[in-house]
Amino acid sequence: MGYIATNLELDSFMSELAKKYRIFAPKRFVNSGIFSDTDCIRYGEISSVNEMVFDEKSQYSFKETILPIIQTLFFFTEGNTNEADIPQKDIIVFLRSCDMHGVKRLDDMYLNNGPADYYYHQIRDKVKFILMGCKQSFENCFCVSMGTNRTDRYDMSIDQYDDIYRIDCKNKVWQKQLDDMNIPQEAVTPAYVTENSTSVSIPENLDFTVTKSKMWDEYDTRCIGCGRCNFVCPTCTCFSMQDMFYSENGKVGERRRVWASCMVDGFTDVAGGGSYRQKKGQRMRFKVLHKVHDYKQRNGYHMCVGCGRCDDICPEYISFSNCINKLSKAMKEVSK
Amino acid sequence: MIRNDYVPFVSEIKDVIKHTDIEYTFRMAYVGEVKPGQFFEVSIPKYGEAPISVSGIGKDFIDLTIRRVGKVTDEVFEHYVGDSLLLRGPYGNGFDINIYKGRELVVIAGGTGLSPVRGVVDYFSKHTDEVESLTLISGFKKPNDILFSEDLARWKESMNVILTVDYADGDTECQVGLVTEYIPKLKLNNKNNTTAIVVGPPAMMKFSVQGLLNIGIPEENIWVSQERKMCCGLGKCGHCKIGDVYVCLDGPVFNYTKSKTLID
Ligand SMILES: Cc1cc2nc3c(=O)[nH]c(=O)nc-3n(C[C@H](O)[C@H](O)[C@H](O)COP(=O)(O)OP(=O)(O)OC[C@H]3O[C@@H](n4cnc5c(N)ncnc54)[C@H](O)[C@@H]3O)c2cc1C
Ligand code: SF4
Ligand code: SF4
Ligand code: FES
Repeated sequence: MGYIATNLELDSFMSELAKKYRIFAPKRFVNSGIFSDTDCIRYGEISSVNEMVFDEKSQYSFKETILPIIQTLFFFTEGNTNEADIPQKDIIVFLRSCDMHGVKRLDDMYLNNGPADYYYHQIRDKVKFILMGCKQSFENCFCVSMGTNRTDRYDMSIDQYDDIYRIDCKNKVWQKQLDDMNIPQEAVTPAYVTENSTSVSIPENLDFTVTKSKMWDEYDTRCIGCGRCNFVCPTCTCFSMQDMFYSENGKVGERRRVWASCMVDGFTDVAGGGSYRQKKGQRMRFKVLHKVHDYKQRNGYHMCVGCGRCDDICPEYISFSNCINKLSKAMKEVSK
Repeated sequence: MIRNDYVPFVSEIKDVIKHTDIEYTFRMAYVGEVKPGQFFEVSIPKYGEAPISVSGIGKDFIDLTIRRVGKVTDEVFEHYVGDSLLLRGPYGNGFDINIYKGRELVVIAGGTGLSPVRGVVDYFSKHTDEVESLTLISGFKKPNDILFSEDLARWKESMNVILTVDYADGDTECQVGLVTEYIPKLKLNNKNNTTAIVVGPPAMMKFSVQGLLNIGIPEENIWVSQERKMCCGLGKCGHCKIGDVYVCLDGPVFNYTKSKTLID
């Protein structure tokens, strides 16, 4: 059902929602950007629509709202383990089409790859999604190539036009609330882009022989292994375990999981000094093939959703989309 | 309600068997389905977790043979006394005994690599009628490093056991040399009906598989067990991933035709 709401109307609707839900959306964090005097747009809790940033892409994805950067799994006390509490309140997450497709990847990883993940499942069960349409493509976006520029998997969509909001609501309870507020109805289709300035093409014949290409060597020196590309990615799901202790005697503490990255040192270290993929180029190869080759082999569709955040964030100006576009040539090189 | 696979359970240490200064077998209370080649995460609060293969399976226990190498394993050795350990598992696919039945079986193990296959060898040593022939080539660095001496002695009675050490200072009853030296000397009736299992350090596995291929054992008849860094054992943390495979879920046991495609 479509609605056209004013800022005031939407805001009072949001304050109604905020009674039941914690609402997360892209927000502006002034002066916390990666360069001096720049802002950072990332996810934070909001209570008013005016806190949201509609016209810029968030540097970090929605991922941290359902997959916390640091998550306590359980507590240790003398000889006992106690499960950490799971947040009780339901959650609303605002996100864009590419990110909505990212949710499907997280679900497949955390619910379907091996046994379902207890902690993810608990949070995921409580989440509703509100789509933010994309009126125009942002820098480095390539969702059209990845087929993630549109989605209809949302509870509601909101597009901002000057001082009105165009809403498409599928959630029956919310529809009733909007109707009760007498918000005028009109058919609404969320905005979406049909072209990006960046496009990628993944070669049909791509396979693991491409690991032999020289193209990866370029990244040995360029990439500094900072892992930012992984942390901003809406589809990276890796974590490490960490034990934390509150007391010197080590009797009381907690086990947590924290986001990890296949680009940083130590990710594959085993006892006795063993380590795999020591070169940055090999890590780049592993990451790129995961996103556009082997994930598909396992799940039937590509992992990368084309949000382009990895390109936006890389301090070395390494472009993931460029790298994908080099794969065709690399396949020719290795099949000679 | 979904099960919480991250919270370990308490398992009583029923016995400790000391093989060497740094390798002990811990006999842990456990009741449930387990296959040889599967592993448990051994957990010590404050120090973390370490994946350890089951080296023996009984009605109400499992054996974990642990080598002392670092943070978690040091702590296991220092503080196990008369106590218990936290475990979660079993994880991984393990060995499917049925694959090896009715065939000639060669097991090649390097060092602690003997633990994950101990269950397989032990089963067939007691059911020799279920295989055409049965050989174990087990290599260690020095005579002092030999694990499961009692088992090795017992196995000798019912099967072909080649026990080797890389080097020995004085007299020794075992052969001296690398496990790979014994592969061309294997007496096999039908190589196409021979299956082989190879477990050990990466270099040893590489050359042993090469040796088996050289004598004409088809690659689809070779099985290996892989080790990678693991944090979850549940196909979530990504540390053990190689190519399209998660060692913790799809392995650690792999057919060589799959294993050879895995590029780290
Ligand atoms: C499937 C599997 C089965 C194994 N079976 C046995 C066994 O039966 N007996 C045995 O002694 N050892 C076994 N290992 C190796 C054992 O897990 C490591 O020696 C152990 O994790 C080292 O932990 P640490 O904290 O003492 O060492 P540290 O060097 O302090 O470890 C630091 C970190 O590296 C990780 N790590 C180190 N080595 C490995 C490794 N090889 N594999 C995975 N993670 C590692 C640890 O989890 C820890 O996070 C097995 C490993 C795997 C993957
Ligand atoms: S990748 Fe597409 S859907 Fe995502 S923010 Fe860019 S334009 Fe929008
Ligand atoms: S590609 Fe860029 S962002 Fe990613 S690890 Fe390398 S330097 Fe960091
Ligand atoms: S150990 Fe975590 S994915 Fe395999």
